Amino acid sequence: MPKIIIDNKEYEVADGDNLLQACLSRGIDLPYFCWHPAMGSVGACRQCAVVQYQDENDERGRIVMGCMTPVSEGLRISVDANNAVNFRASVIEWLMLNHPHDCPVCEEGGECHLQDMTVMTGHTSRRYTGKKRTFENQYLGPFINHEMNRCITCYRCVRYYKDYAGGTDLQALGSRNRMYFGRTEPGVLESEFSGNLVEVCPTGVFTNKPFSESYTRKWDLQSAPSVCMGCAVGCNTSPGERYGNLKRIQNRYNEDINSYFLCDRGRFGSGYVNSEKRIRNAGLRCEDGSFEIIDKTDALNRFAAIVKDNKLIGIGSPRASVESNYALRALVGEANYCAGFSDAEAPLVDLAIDLSQGHGKRAPTLKRVEAADAVLLLGEDVSNTAPRLALSLRQTSRNVSKEMAGPASIPLWQDAGVRGHAQSALTPVYSASVLPTRLEDICTDSICTTPERIAYLGNCITQLIEGKSVELDEADMAFVNGAAQALKSASNPLVVSGTSLLNEAVLHAAAQITEALKALAQEPDLLLCFAEVNSVGAGLITGALSMHSALKKLTDGSVDTAIVLENDLYRRAESEKVAAALSAASQVVGLDVVENATLEQATLVLPAASFAETEGCCINYEGRAQQFYQVYEPQGDIMAAWAWVAGISKESTETDVREKLISDCAIELPCLSRLTHLNRMAGQSGRTAAKIPRQTHRFSGRTAMNANVSVHEPRTSEDVNSPFSFSMEGDSAAQPGDLAPYVWAPGWNSNQSVTQYQEHAGGALRGAADAVFVSHAASTTTLEKTGPIFGKASGKVREGGAGLCLVPVYCVFGSDELSAHTSEMQARAGRARISLNPQDAKALHVKTGDGLYCSTGEITPGQSYEVLVSASMQQGFVGLVQGAAYLPAGAWVSFVRDENWARQPEVIARG
Amino acid sequence: MSESSTMQLIPTLSDEERRDIEAEIAHLPDRQSAAIDALRIVQKYRGWVSDESVAAIADLLGMSPVAIDSIATFYNLIFRKPVGRNVIMVCDSVSCFIMGADDVKQALMDKLGVDLGQTTQDDRFTLLPIVCLGACDRAPAIMINEDLIYKVSAENLDEVLKGYE
Amino acid sequence: MNKKPLTERILSADGGLVSFASYQAAGGYDSARKALTEMQPEQVQQQVKDANLRGRGGAGFPTGLKWSFVPMGEAAGPGHKYMVCNADEMEPGTFKDRYLMEKDPHLLVEGMIIAAYAVQADKAFIFIRGEYHKAARALESAIDEAREKGFVGKNVFGSAFSVDLVVHRSGGRYICGEETALLNALEGKRAQPRTKPPFPPVSGAWGRPTVVNNVETICNVPCIIKEGAEWYQALGIGEDAGTKIYGVSGRVNKPGLWELPMGTTVREIIETHAGGMQKGYALRGFLPGGASTDFLVEEHLDLPMNYGSIQAAGSRMGTGTMIIMDDSICPVALAMNLQHFFAQESCGFCTPCREGLPWLEALLKDIEEGRGSTGDLELLEQNADYIGTPGNTFCLHATGAIEPLTSALKYFRADFEQHIEQGCCTYQTSAPLKAAGT
Ligand SMILES: Cc1cc2nc3c(=O)[nH]c(=O)nc-3n(C[C@H](O)[C@H](O)[C@H](O)COP(=O)(O)O)c2cc1C
Ligand code: SF4
Ligand code: FES
Repeated sequence: MPKIIIDNKEYEVADGDNLLQACLSRGIDLPYFCWHPAMGSVGACRQCAVVQYQDENDERGRIVMGCMTPVSEGLRISVDANNAVNFRASVIEWLMLNHPHDCPVCEEGGECHLQDMTVMTGHTSRRYTGKKRTFENQYLGPFINHEMNRCITCYRCVRYYKDYAGGTDLQALGSRNRMYFGRTEPGVLESEFSGNLVEVCPTGVFTNKPFSESYTRKWDLQSAPSVCMGCAVGCNTSPGERYGNLKRIQNRYNEDINSYFLCDRGRFGSGYVNSEKRIRNAGLRCEDGSFEIIDKTDALNRFAAIVKDNKLIGIGSPRASVESNYALRALVGEANYCAGFSDAEAPLVDLAIDLSQGHGKRAPTLKRVEAADAVLLLGEDVSNTAPRLALSLRQTSRNVSKEMAGPASIPLWQDAGVRGHAQSALTPVYSASVLPTRLEDICTDSICTTPERIAYLGNCITQLIEGKSVELDEADMAFVNGAAQALKSASNPLVVSGTSLLNEAVLHAAAQITEALKALAQEPDLLLCFAEVNSVGAGLITGALSMHSALKKLTDGSVDTAIVLENDLYRRAESEKVAAALSAASQVVGLDVVENATLEQATLVLPAASFAETEGCCINYEGRAQQFYQVYEPQGDIMAAWAWVAGISKESTETDVREKLISDCAIELPCLSRLTHLNRMAGQSGRTAAKIPRQTHRFSGRTAMNANVSVHEPRTSEDVNSPFSFSMEGDSAAQPGDLAPYVWAPGWNSNQSVTQYQEHAGGALRGAADAVFVSHAASTTTLEKTGPIFGKASGKVREGGAGLCLVPVYCVFGSDELSAHTSEMQARAGRARISLNPQDAKALHVKTGDGLYCSTGEITPGQSYEVLVSASMQQGFVGLVQGAAYLPAGAWVSFVRDENWARQPEVIARG
Repeated sequence: MSESSTMQLIPTLSDEERRDIEAEIAHLPDRQSAAIDALRIVQKYRGWVSDESVAAIADLLGMSPVAIDSIATFYNLIFRKPVGRNVIMVCDSVSCFIMGADDVKQALMDKLGVDLGQTTQDDRFTLLPIVCLGACDRAPAIMINEDLIYKVSAENLDEVLKGYE
Repeated sequence: MNKKPLTERILSADGGLVSFASYQAAGGYDSARKALTEMQPEQVQQQVKDANLRGRGGAGFPTGLKWSFVPMGEAAGPGHKYMVCNADEMEPGTFKDRYLMEKDPHLLVEGMIIAAYAVQADKAFIFIRGEYHKAARALESAIDEAREKGFVGKNVFGSAFSVDLVVHRSGGRYICGEETALLNALEGKRAQPRTKPPFPPVSGAWGRPTVVNNVETICNVPCIIKEGAEWYQALGIGEDAGTKIYGVSGRVNKPGLWELPMGTTVREIIETHAGGMQKGYALRGFLPGGASTDFLVEEHLDLPMNYGSIQAAGSRMGTGTMIIMDDSICPVALAMNLQHFFAQESCGFCTPCREGLPWLEALLKDIEEGRGSTGDLELLEQNADYIGTPGNTFCLHATGAIEPLTSALKYFRADFEQHIEQGCCTYQTSAPLKAAGT
């Protein structure tokens, strides 16, 4: 740790830092624009100027850029020297020459990094009298607004979008003072990580479009620490609410998971919370099939009566919290409980938990993923099933460039230098998938084939790692051999797979490879992806019933009542079977957030709270249990699903029902025993003063907000069960970093103030509690390893059945159940697509853009799909995008050309 | 999604254009490094670089169209708008300025009836400013197409322009 | 022994164009043959170092020293090494490189072969500005001729050394002349300058060791190899070695270029070689080495044109091609013309240059057109100081832009003040530039 002298004071700073990072880490405000903790320095904005002195005798010194100067022992600099101060004010003055000063109507106002830096440098009066430059803006799709006149040309957007996230449709155009950041022509931004532009841009060029439509200033938002519900990665988020509506999702820094970035599903997928399909009151089914609204007490009484008088089964859900699932299981008993997975998925979830978390193993964090030096993606299309992981893998692929930088004396934060020196050199990434993935550009080699064949090739890789030989055709051999060599020679090889293909052999193959690598005394990692936010939690809260046995019990009358928790069963089993079971049941109690097909057949519908309106815990792919906190109090009679369920059970008088649920759960299910560590109320007696305010200290209009209803200031609701208060009072200064509902520090109003919450700029959050990992001790799985090339099938051909074999395909927009109810997601998802081999397409007389519908009734009949002809799809197989319907993976289905299909003009892919 | 974009018709380059571009690529370690050459070559054959040409070059080099555009819009000698049959570039840098370049420029604008950056009605000439042409000892200088012309003045302009139809 | 190793052949050639035959007849390619067949690469480097050849591209960096930074042998790692000739010549007022390339292309080709050999580069590029069509064609045919003889390409002169020499035309942009921006341009990218480190000799074109040298610099190499370091040193008068191609433009009687001993005085260049000022015009000031150097005035006429003396006088020798400002030219208008150039040619990467230079141009335009106000000169000076201090901007483009401005404010301040006081420009001949595009 070198010591440097800043304005005559000695500071210990981190080795390898640049001066800007060092200053920020030591709490010294040094303004900047182009530097970003995750993206490094390029020295474009010249804002972070400091004076550096040659030696003790140097009085004048010279200006250097903090972000471009490495720290070194004894270095003497000044942030406060006059010429540095004046130069920094000049930089702002230059940037302001053309900036429109439209802060009052700008969505960034109040949380604008440019505003912050302007105030920080003290530039206050205008000396330029000329005209301002103007640009035309572009339509960039449903997520992002473009207002180029506000641009200060810091190059962060393209550095993020292109260099960091691999986007190919946004660029720096033009030159000199006519720089334009946009596309060749207006059109939807293609990257599934476009939303981060909102936070990466230091001013209001790229803003959150849905948020802008009912705009609220940052200081008027009420927030709480939350977790994204989009997939099993479990990124940390900060949702903001105003007037009872969820307004937006911002990134919440977590060093180990999402760091500074979310995917677009996470950022833009929560609109369903406010949607018209939202269920806000309990509904009782009438004779004519319509629902009558009933009040909460009535609903609770009826629910209690149903539970008391009937033979029950309960169906949980991988998208519901641990608390809700456990509450239901406790209510109906394990023997009558189904975890809510499809029958194809359930055993795979168990297997994947066991393989990646069993035996005290732990799946790697995304931070660790980014440190891997060779990667094999086996079957999982992570860009669509665990998108944030895909963004991390892009960074992994650059590790070799960082290795090359050392010998050329290029500091790792010197971004352009590191990239330029390495050119196109990439860390080995091999991918076997059903269809080409969006990571193709970073893959050393990739192959598209069937799930069975993917497993087979995976096994061949194991063979090669173990020094045995395999026989394959040339292309397969090159792939398998390349992957095996890369993994073998790596010190931190990473194998990524998951449950999405619903194929057991693929999971086995991935685990085998990792095991084989272990024998080489390395540190191999196995990362298995899961489909939903709490797949792991739901998988660990076991039930005796499979989906089919649950449905059968209803159909054959052995039980007469089903309680369905946050689950649309039509996504989990064949529609006829679900329909038959639900109509056979005399009572169906459905608890959910938005309307769905299952609820339409319910007899009693209970309005469940979304993640923003209650607390709960979910367990991510690593086995990391994370708590999301209530952001605001729900409207109508909405309650957490666990509160509905627990409300009718005996202990309903307890003040903290949730805490009781967690402790019961921890006792009953040893693998979840560590969940009690999640409780952050320790030492906090519930005194409001010691609480963390959900509202900012600038929160305005508490009295006026409801003035049309009452002119009295409403009483703020008490929250005794969490560390947070529903008000602006409280102690926001001393809060632990991981409990910050929003980030805001003196002088730092934008989300970039997160640096002020970190121990070291870009590092861990101050005061954060240790992560809680559930431990899955006992393993039951023995890895299959029989035959010359072990595994189930050679995968060359799929035998038996007529028609085409169905393979599930995923889309970041639309495949996830809840976010698909958000209109911007739907706009981005487009129509449901089916991928076909050209031969099969020819036989069916269809081309790309035509329509096909299923004629065998295995998948929702009547639904048509848009055809996408792809040579990568194996003949005899069809890839169907997971949407609203159940997909029987591996089933044989027949399709017919839809003669009435209207071709759609290409909108999304344009550009 | 990436596959669907191949549905769009990619405009093609002529055989000569491809040949010339491939010849440049042969000297370079990768195809993308030939981006500027490709723009220059297409412009040589077509006078300017249209959106379609940008897309075609992008396709040939394995890049995205906007990546090509980013390069095209950086360089002064790449025209992203149509130009006339002849391009006149008037030096406006210091030596020519001292020697009366402003008068030459004014005379040209008057004679052709266009401003800088414009093309005459009959498409015969496009008038553009250019930085120092390296002919400072015989200023003022202009360049018409590939010809460097010295000591231009309001008086000898007619003579100078005669050869360019 | 000749005293004009660079231009002697041109001066005696028919129509001033040196053919392959006459180049060879005058002993052409003997130096390259000697270097490749009789000398080790390190010996070549040493000889150039000993000759004290300094870069003619503007900065005057010792050429042999630059070459010695290139890792040799195993240390270079696998892959190509590059020798790049900077033939971008876009510095206003500079026209020496075009002259050399158009008139005697083989001299540059030979120099490139030797230079490539000295650093063991197997790939060599002549990066030439896009408007230099004639020079590019001349070089291309010269390379073809040389290749046919086996002077370029595989196993040059039958030695083990091979080099591929290619003319690379620029897309056009002043910043391409800055060596790191040039490397980006060569790679087919936007010509934004790069940070150092890494320095090009360690990591340059395509991340590989690369040397960038100016045309005139390279053209000095063959004679150094042929005649030796001492002989070369002796060509110069005073501290700097060799000859220099000096040039003069503006209202002098015989504007042009002359190869003269390094260190010839400014007065001799202007009065003897350029024939003095045209009748009716008096010298008010001159930019000694292109648009990006500080103005000097009459009192500096007796300075020797070498790196040290001109620097001591507060300017730079730059490219050694002078621009004369006569008394008919409005200094404000000239300053504005220069700022217009630099503002237009800013690459747009860093703030001071991108935003600051257009502001300076706008301020000068206001003053020139009679809208100036009293605070404007302070504003100009303050901005000039912040933009022009080396290190404040990403590269030296903006630094160069400010040099003529601060010196104009120093030497011709009365003119600026008069414009502001009188609210107009009193010069007859220099009509202000019209709005120059957007
Ligand atoms: C803005 C800028 C423009 C430049 N333009 C040229 C140029 O056109 N030609 C040139 O030889 N050097 C130019 N240089 C200098 C080069 O960066 C580099 O120093 C030179 O090519 C090195 O060659 P030398 O050592 O042989 O002089 C320029 C530098 C700057 C900062
Ligand atoms: S000083 Fe800055 S903007 Fe100007 S050319 Fe250099 S890097 Fe580009
Ligand atoms: S943050 Fe240092 S130059 Fe931009």
